[in-house]
Parts: sequence; structure tokens; C-alpha cells
Amino acid sequence: MKGFLIDNSKCIGCRACMVACKQWNNLTASKPVFFSGPGYQNPRDLDANNFTLITYNELETGGRMNWVFGNRRCMHCNDPGCASACPVKALEKTPEGAVYWNAWKCIGCRYCMFACPYHIPTFEWRSANPEIRKCTMCYDRMKVGMVPSCAKVCPTGAILFGERADLVAEAESRLRNNPSAYVHQIYGKDEVGGTCVLILSEAPFDQLGYPTDLPKRSLPSYTAQAMEAIPGVVVGLGLVLGITYKLINRRGEVAAAGEKGGRA
Amino acid sequence: MNQLKAIVIALVREFIQFLRTSSVFLRIMMLIFVAGFATILYRYLFGIGAISNLNDAYPWGLWISFDVLCGVALAAGGFTTAGAVHIFGGKKYEPLARPAILTAFLGYLLVIGALWVDLGRPWKIWHPMVLWQPHSVMFEVGWCVMLYTIVLAIEFSPAFFEKFGLEKARNAVRSFYVPGVIAGMILSTLHQSSLGSLFLIVPHKLSPIWWTPILPLMFFVSAVAVGLAMVIFESTIAAKAFKRESEIHLLKDFGRAIPWVLMVYLVMKIGDLVARQQVMLLFEMNGMAVAFWIELLVGILLPIAILTQRDAREDGRILFGAASCVILGVVLNRFNVSMIGMRSQAWQTPYFPHLLEFLVTACVIAAGIIIYAYVVKHFPIWHEAAHSGHSAE
Repeated sequence: MKGFLIDNSKCIGCRACMVACKQWNNLTASKPVFFSGPGYQNPRDLDANNFTLITYNELETGGRMNWVFGNRRCMHCNDPGCASACPVKALEKTPEGAVYWNAWKCIGCRYCMFACPYHIPTFEWRSANPEIRKCTMCYDRMKVGMVPSCAKVCPTGAILFGERADLVAEAESRLRNNPSAYVHQIYGKDEVGGTCVLILSEAPFDQLGYPTDLPKRSLPSYTAQAMEAIPGVVVGLGLVLGITYKLINRRGEVAAAGEKGGRA
Repeated sequence: MNQLKAIVIALVREFIQFLRTSSVFLRIMMLIFVAGFATILYRYLFGIGAISNLNDAYPWGLWISFDVLCGVALAAGGFTTAGAVHIFGGKKYEPLARPAILTAFLGYLLVIGALWVDLGRPWKIWHPMVLWQPHSVMFEVGWCVMLYTIVLAIEFSPAFFEKFGLEKARNAVRSFYVPGVIAGMILSTLHQSSLGSLFLIVPHKLSPIWWTPILPLMFFVSAVAVGLAMVIFESTIAAKAFKRESEIHLLKDFGRAIPWVLMVYLVMKIGDLVARQQVMLLFEMNGMAVAFWIELLVGILLPIAILTQRDAREDGRILFGAASCVILGVVLNRFNVSMIGMRSQAWQTPYFPHLLEFLVTACVIAAGIIIYAYVVKHFPIWHEAAHSGHSAE
């Protein structure tokens, strides 16, 4: 499985990744908006035309105020909640690692958006034929052996693309060799069962807006328990109701027959 | 074929005649329906965002919380009553069965109608039938809606066949009516609980006041309670609106059953919070805690207190009040689980339904009221109107 290693401490906030993503995926420009919040960031959140977002966070690191950049995008979970939520398999985890959305299958129920722990899938709210939109790990580029466009353009090497196992090893070695530069955590290694996007950071992850209260268990495992009960419920309830009906009906018939007999 | 054509023409004529001669109240309902329908047409041109405040942080809003979750829960009177009458030997409650089944059938049709607004691409609504994803709770929900609506159509069909004097069809349905009722009960059990299962996948988003692995069970048990309450509620209103004799002698027994179900629900709710060690959340001063307390006090404890009193149960007005409390409690619960209890990130846009979202929901309710009023007037639904020679199914 492929994935990204995003080292936020190497990010200089140039947003070349956001531009490259827009260019490759043919995403229209967004009108900058004012909002209360971190400094230079725009837009405020991911949307149908922004698949990746550099967040600007003013935080204290190493004893002084600093701009700490975060990177939000689809995490391409190993066992994605969105793919298990989708009733029609429009979202699928590909063998290459990317979580990919098939346009023609989607019914637009938005359960994927609801289920995603990272608030990633977005929706075309103003369209008569809306699509679910999110990072595809440049699946089309991967298919022809090219590197995803964001990783290709990143000038500082903050976005590495490669085999997930290699990236985990790389992240571990960075933490080991330069422990003072990082929060000692690889975000995405274990969250919701592990993700194909791994993130290193110089500031605590919750301060960068990454959800940190996520379970280590994969999210589909929560609904699987309920789904596994279905066959038992169907058979069990069918038997109980059928037998109850027979018993009660028989009692009625016996009583009726008894009455008749009594009269005769 | 000619017979079918004649029936359709007769139905359309009768319905138009019904609309022409309807009361002021129904005319207001028609107005709401037309306004809502225009809004829905606008949405088909310009997207869901054009008539709603739904956003990427809150992909589900009023329509899912009320039209779908509450709609299905409030339709639970259908399978509880059908089960009580046809499976558990409660033959004397037969007069309540047809109205309850009609309400459930209408409820499910309206849920499907609402889905045609809420789904982004409703013309692909049939996809779950061919593109299987058995791991998805939504897949189960889709199948349950479809199959149970078919079962409800079968359960309702005797009234239809009797109206048009189709004896053969009427007798054909009788031969598989009981298996149909059993199938309906199984499907309802699955469907009511699966709406709870939908929320199992968001342990991180839903407040631990409501997120629990037994959420599906809670949805089912509360649906049984609200199903019984809906029969009381609907029968009382119908008696008043259509100047019929009240069925209090039957309804009071439903009133007696409700506290037992609610007590099971109460034990589950409290026991679950204790077991998960989340009780302290209820004593924090915030909107979620308040919402939970209202659900608990008004929706569960108050009706238990009232309906365990024999005198109170036999007073139609108090019985109606208690049933309304149960309904309010379950409606609030569905809102709590799907909207109020949802936590979002600081950077995200908060959600409150748009005025037009309320209009669409009102349109769905208005459609239900109009069709209900028409059907009870022109079909053998109530026992005094049901075919005298047959047992009303």
C-alpha cells in the first residue's frame, strides 16, 4: 500500500501543493473569505474545490511564537469508515492504498461524510447532479506510475510519497534521530486502525486541529458487530413469532372445539 | 386491464372531488404542500444547498432527523399493532389495526418521498438493490425501507380490495396475510434498530451521552413504545377530527403496556451510562445534558408515572397527554442522536435548519395529513366502515 509521509516541521506554508492539486484535478479557484481564526489561512476548510489545505496555526514552539503549518487531506484509512458506510460501494479502498470514489454508483446519501472521522468527503451543495469530492491520492497519476501532484511539487520534501511500510520506518527514524524537533507521535500510524497518510509535527496534533480522540480500532468494526447479528435476528424472530402464532391460534381452535362439544 | 383502468380513474376522480369539498384546515395543508413542492422543484435545479443550511460539517440535518428517523419511529404503530392483533392473539384490538397500518404505510411512503429530496442523486435510489455492500448499515436501511413498504402495501391491500369489491384478490391476500405480518415484524425490528446502528460508526463525533454499542437495541425498544403511543395519539385525534366515538376501551390497554416498555428502555439507558461510566456528563451544565434530561423526564419518567395509574389511563385526555409525552421524548431522542449530540470541529460551520428546510418537512407532513384524511373517508379503515362480513385485517 502506498501513502504519504507529511512532515509538518518541514512545511514552509507555500501552498504549492494546494495549487498543484487544483491544477491536476481541474478544480476551480475559491474566492478568499475573511473568517476569525488562524492568520493567513484560506480557505477556512476543505470543500468541493479544495482537496488539500495548509492550515496556519500561531503556536508557541521551542519557547517562542511560531507559525506551525498543518496539512489536511483524506487520510486514506487502511480500513476506511466511508467505504464501509457507502451502501453502493461507490467508495472503495484500492489495493494501491487510495480510497477512490466512483461517480456513477453514488446515490448522494452522504453517509460517507457523516462517517468520516476527519471530516474529509465534501459535497457539491449547489449542483443539480452533485458529486462527493475528496483527495484521490491522484489515483489516475498513480495508475501510470507518476507521483501524486502535491508530493511532486513540494519544494522542501515535506510531502513524501511511497510504500506505507517504508514511510513508517522513515518517520520512526526521524523521531529517533531528532527527538527534540517533533512531538513523539506518528499521526495516522494507529488512528482508526491506521491510515495511509502519516503525519509528523513539531506542535501537539490537537493544537493543529487534528482530531486526537479517535479510537485505535477501525470504525467499520463498530458497525460490523451490529450487522453480524442480522441473520440471527431474522431466523430467531421468525421462529419465535411463527411458533407463538401457532400456539395461540391452536389454543383458540381447541377452545372453540371445546365449546361446540359442550353444546352437543 | 380495463378493470384496472376503471379503478384508477375512479380513484383520481374521487380524490379530486375530495380535495374540492375539503375543509379549511385541509386547504391550508394543500397550500403548504404546494409551497413545499415548489421549493423541492427549485432544489432539483439548483442543488440541496440552495434550499438548506446543510454543509460539509453537517451533511445530515432536519430531513434525516425528522422526516426519516422520526418518520420511521412514528410508523412503528404498524408492526406493533399488527403483531398484537394477528400474532399474539389480541383479536379484540382489531379495530385499531387498520388505522395503525394505514399510518405506518403512509409514514413509509413519506420517508421515501423525503429521501427524494435529501438524496443528492435520487434517481439512483435503486442502486442498493444491485450494487451490494453488505457491510454498510445504510445498505441494510435501504433494503428494509423497500421490503417493509411492500409488506405494508400487502397489509393495507384488504381495505383496497374491499372498497372495489375484488373478492378474489381479497381472499388471495388472506392466504398469506399472517406470514406477511411476521415478515413485517422482522423487517421492522431490523429497520428500527438499524437506524440506531447508523450512528455506531461515529464514536468520536456523537457525545458519549448517546453513543453506545447498544444504540440499535435502544432504537428498537423506544420504537415499540412510541408505536403504541402513536396508536393512542392518532386514534384520539381521528376521533375528535372526524367526530367518531373514542376507542378508549381498547386504547387504555395500549396505555397499560407502554410503561413496561418504557421501563425496559429506562433501565437500558441508565444501566448503559453507568456501565460506560459516563453518568457525570449528565451533570454538566450544557445543552446536551439538558436535552438528555428532557428526554428522560418528559419522555420516559412522566409517562411511566401517569400510565401506571389505572384512573389516569381510563381518562382519554390524560391518556392522550401521556402518549404525547412518549412521542415527544422519542422525537427528541432521534434529534439528540443525529443532530444535537453531534460534535464538530471549531473551524466548521454550525448548523441550524434553513426556513425552507422546515417548509419541505411541513410539506411532507401536510401530504400525509391530506392523504390520511382522504383514505379514512373513502376506504374501509375504521371498524364501523370495514366490510361487515369479513374480519378486518
